[in-house]
Amino acid sequence: MSLLLEVKNLKKYFPVTSGLLFRKTIGEVRAVDDVSFTVSPGESLGVVGESGSGKSTLGRLVLRLLMPTEGQILFEGQDIFSLRRLDLTKLRQNIQIIFQDPYASLNPRMTIGQILSEPLQLHHVLPVRQIPERVNELLNDVGLAPQYANRYPHELSGGQRQRIGVARALALKPKLIVADEPVSALDVSIQAQILNLLQALQAKYHLTYLFISHDLSVVRHITNRVAVMHFGKIVELEETEKLFKNPFHPYTKELLSAVPLPRSQMG
Amino acid sequence: MIPLLEIKNLTIRFFTDDGVIHAVEDFSFSLPKNKTLGIVGESGSGKSVTALSILRLIPSPGKILRGQILFEGTDILTLPESELYKIRGNRISMIFQDPMTSLNPLFTVGYQIAEAVTAHQKVSRQEAKSRALALLEAVKIPEAKKRFNAYPHQLSGGMRQRVMIAMALSCNPSLLIADEPTTALDVTVQKQILELIAELQKDFQMSVILITHNLGIISEVCDQVLVMYAGRCVEEGPVSSIFRAPRHPYTFGLLRSVEKMIPIPGQLPILKESAVACTFAPRCFLAAEKCRQGEPPLFDVEENHQSRCWFHDQVQI
Repeated sequence: MSLLLEVKNLKKYFPVTSGLLFRKTIGEVRAVDDVSFTVSPGESLGVVGESGSGKSTLGRLVLRLLMPTEGQILFEGQDIFSLRRLDLTKLRQNIQIIFQDPYASLNPRMTIGQILSEPLQLHHVLPVRQIPERVNELLNDVGLAPQYANRYPHELSGGQRQRIGVARALALKPKLIVADEPVSALDVSIQAQILNLLQALQAKYHLTYLFISHDLSVVRHITNRVAVMHFGKIVELEETEKLFKNPFHPYTKELLSAVPLPRSQMG
Repeated sequence: MIPLLEIKNLTIRFFTDDGVIHAVEDFSFSLPKNKTLGIVGESGSGKSVTALSILRLIPSPGKILRGQILFEGTDILTLPESELYKIRGNRISMIFQDPMTSLNPLFTVGYQIAEAVTAHQKVSRQEAKSRALALLEAVKIPEAKKRFNAYPHQLSGGMRQRVMIAMALSCNPSLLIADEPTTALDVTVQKQILELIAELQKDFQMSVILITHNLGIISEVCDQVLVMYAGRCVEEGPVSSIFRAPRHPYTFGLLRSVEKMIPIPGQLPILKESAVACTFAPRCFLAAEKCRQGEPPLFDVEENHQSRCWFHDQVQI
């Protein structure tokens, strides 16, 4: 089977500078340090690690929001960093992102309908008069009534806003969705709702997820394989069930033992 | 023995332009000395408002309508402001969710802790400084001497939360209120901070109220747990008995959403008038005619274990 995403020896170093007037580089932060992995179509790969482990930088590189220091990312066999103009626009349709904070990632001055039609207008994928219909379809996909199109983000709860974030990512019918901590800002009871929604949508539209999270219990629920990142490197990459049953790397063990479970102390 | 803190029939409402919001309704609990109570609930359930009311910090347009908050026997709600200052930050202190926004970015962390010391105790500047240093060591900040002169932005999230805890402990409080102290932190750091709180609770002999939406955290550090829903206590009891056999469908649903990722359908209601029915009924799998007709009282289901559900004996894990 052909691969959807192939990451080869990817590196991203950020320079550390000092001096106000005469900036000079005094060191570098190795946010992503020689990372390689592959993702098959329809799969969902989890990326876990602490803040600063480089998992969000990795997500941004996959979206080509950052250029790497070294290495390659192939999306359907094409090197995404060598793409120009039209090809890049096409790539952006195929790779979408869901952000962590549904309060900060929706423009408060736009109605939900405007938010959802913006990607459709920018990419000219539909004739203008068909856009409202597509917006309704998207709202329906994420379990919201069509009336929500006329509301503003502040009228919605956190869970509903994250549904809008999901709908916006779906608007262009992407193949890959990078979900960067999509539920960590939500209440536990709502987290499960959003995760189940993401799973249902994956089955319906054959989506592939790159699922970034620091919460292992969330990752366990939704991914097939998990990559554990620590200081920019992938220290373990394993099928989800195997990883949880039999963690190999000491850092993975530490992460697993840190998750507080309601009934861990009781049999 | 009188409990350290006793809240009786507390009712808090917010008088907004859109109407009166019933944030906390007829809420009571008591907390003995040296115990840790966990309050769980979703955002909007009234848990933070309850915590703020203990220090009389409810922001306008919120008002405490009725009730008593007895701290060591004195009612905090009727104290004059000058007396309240002697309790707030001194006998009762509080730590908040986001350590970045609760520290002043313009002062060193050492200065801010020393300031908390001098605010309540008559000590020299030098002594306040050495107390602050000792506190930084108590919360296990490595190289405390060096960090004393650090600004908040130079510290990591976990370190900042440790600084907040050091500040909260500066006057040996008998009650520490922690409102979502680890929500902004990573799991591994979260574990360290929870262990620290549990350890300090013993060392400093304080009672702790831990507010969180994460049931896992409750089981790690608390003795007693209180589940809030729509401004009411729906279940209260010892951690072991509630987690082994929850007796309210909401608690049951919360446990299931953490462990099996089975969501609770629907969402938390915002109450604009007094409830005439069970507030959880619209989301409840046990709801029957009875639930829509009258609000259930708190039933004693076991020793120290109460549940606000008509069908508390039918909830099964």
